[in-house]
Amino acid sequence: MRRVVITGHGTINALGRNVPETLEAMREGRCGIGRLEFQDVERLSIRIGAQVKAYDPEAHFNRQKIALFDRFTQFTMLAASEAIGQSGLSFSGEAATRAGVVLGTSGGGMNTLDENYRSVYEDGKNRVHPFVVPKLMNNAAASHVSMEWNLKGPSFTVATACASSNHAMGQAMQMIRGGMADVMVTGGSEAMLCFGGIKAWEGLRVMSKDACRPFSANRNGMVQGEGAAVFVFEEYEHAKARGADILAEIVGFAMTSDASDIVMPSKQGAARAITGAMRDGGLNPEDICYINAHGTGTAANDKPECAAVADAFGHHADDLMISSTKAMHGHLIGGTGAVELLACVMALRDGVIAPTIGYQEADPECALDVVPNEAREAKVGATLSNAFAFGGLNAVLALRKAP
Amino acid sequence: MGPKMTKEMTDTITNRVIEIIAEQAVLEPGDVSLDQTLEDLGIDSLGLVESIFAIEEAFDVSVPFNANDPSESEFDISSVAAIVAAVKTLVTQQAS
Repeated sequence: MRRVVITGHGTINALGRNVPETLEAMREGRCGIGRLEFQDVERLSIRIGAQVKAYDPEAHFNRQKIALFDRFTQFTMLAASEAIGQSGLSFSGEAATRAGVVLGTSGGGMNTLDENYRSVYEDGKNRVHPFVVPKLMNNAAASHVSMEWNLKGPSFTVATACASSNHAMGQAMQMIRGGMADVMVTGGSEAMLCFGGIKAWEGLRVMSKDACRPFSANRNGMVQGEGAAVFVFEEYEHAKARGADILAEIVGFAMTSDASDIVMPSKQGAARAITGAMRDGGLNPEDICYINAHGTGTAANDKPECAAVADAFGHHADDLMISSTKAMHGHLIGGTGAVELLACVMALRDGVIAPTIGYQEADPECALDVVPNEAREAKVGATLSNAFAFGGLNAVLALRKAP
Repeated sequence: MGPKMTKEMTDTITNRVIEIIAEQAVLEPGDVSLDQTLEDLGIDSLGLVESIFAIEEAFDVSVPFNANDPSESEFDISSVAAIVAAVKTLVTQQAS
């Protein structure tokens, strides 16, 4: 069977403008959550988030590009540039047709929607900018990546709420495995931190007003983040032949549907995805040293997620480490699985486990080693990354140390 | 503190809260009694969040409620009577 490895990674999020800055912040257990800054924020009851601050689009893109790139596309382009640059790949001729891009996002061009609704409804304008549609569409980011780097193979966008990135990366992995492509640029992006984006979430009453505290008994909800992470997935022999630096191997993927409730997750659906990813990757439960949890900091997620891990791993659940990095970079919704995969790569490559920060009180229903507050050193051979979306759609990836 | 409520005002609040809960439960208001719990009425977590939204809209109040752990919220939702009492308190407090 064709094997799939990672040969490049890139990111921009509240913790850093690139991968080294982000991993350093994760090692130090730094929190990227702060006061939100955007128009009308004073009309919100939720005013915190992990925002990419002091960000100037004009430092990165010309006027023509900015007219077409929503914030989520800008984040994607910056992350893709770092990842593809690191991989050392370029795409022309036959190589271009054998390379594609699959990205996840939930809201797509949310800032563009928000600004233009404000303009026509609140300001009473009767004209909008001609590029509103190509700017806000969910596949804008994937299309611009394909244009910028000449990727002519299978390309599309996946939108499954909080599991979008994991579903996207799972598809990318299977496309290489199945022979549809040799290289896939994949990951995800989200830029939902605007008035309408947060106002909609407020309605559900699952957002915290002060902090994200996954697995901690005193948690009181999730905190949103924004940003992107992009990876270069490459067929193993292809990468080996050109002497590429291999960061990790993607060995398994599984997706399941709870088929039960539009917002409440099910332990069974999550456990089936976890077990399925291990089986797909030829891994035994004992092989897994670290899990990057979905860990949203809501009771509705954290309790069933811990129960699912206990079910899937049996007694080994007490020996493995599981952390949620959302307390640092926030919940990036459709981009979250991509940023969280960076923590898995760090565990495998550098032997550093990112902590669950903000942890204050043990919860008997989350009685696992959640790596509270401080990063830890460990020799890690294999990891999982969990994502469980609203709508009951689950996606879990399994990674191994580079071969 | 806000102004004291007349009996007429409190009856109006009781009836309106019952109407909101009855609508969520797909029942006639007459079939909802004060001693029932939301569980008795078959209202789940989404139904509860919708009811709270309807209460906020109907009385122009802000309900301190976090769906993450409803039992820990200041807003008592243990029965229809408890919800009615909590809404009366909020209307009195927030009218000031």
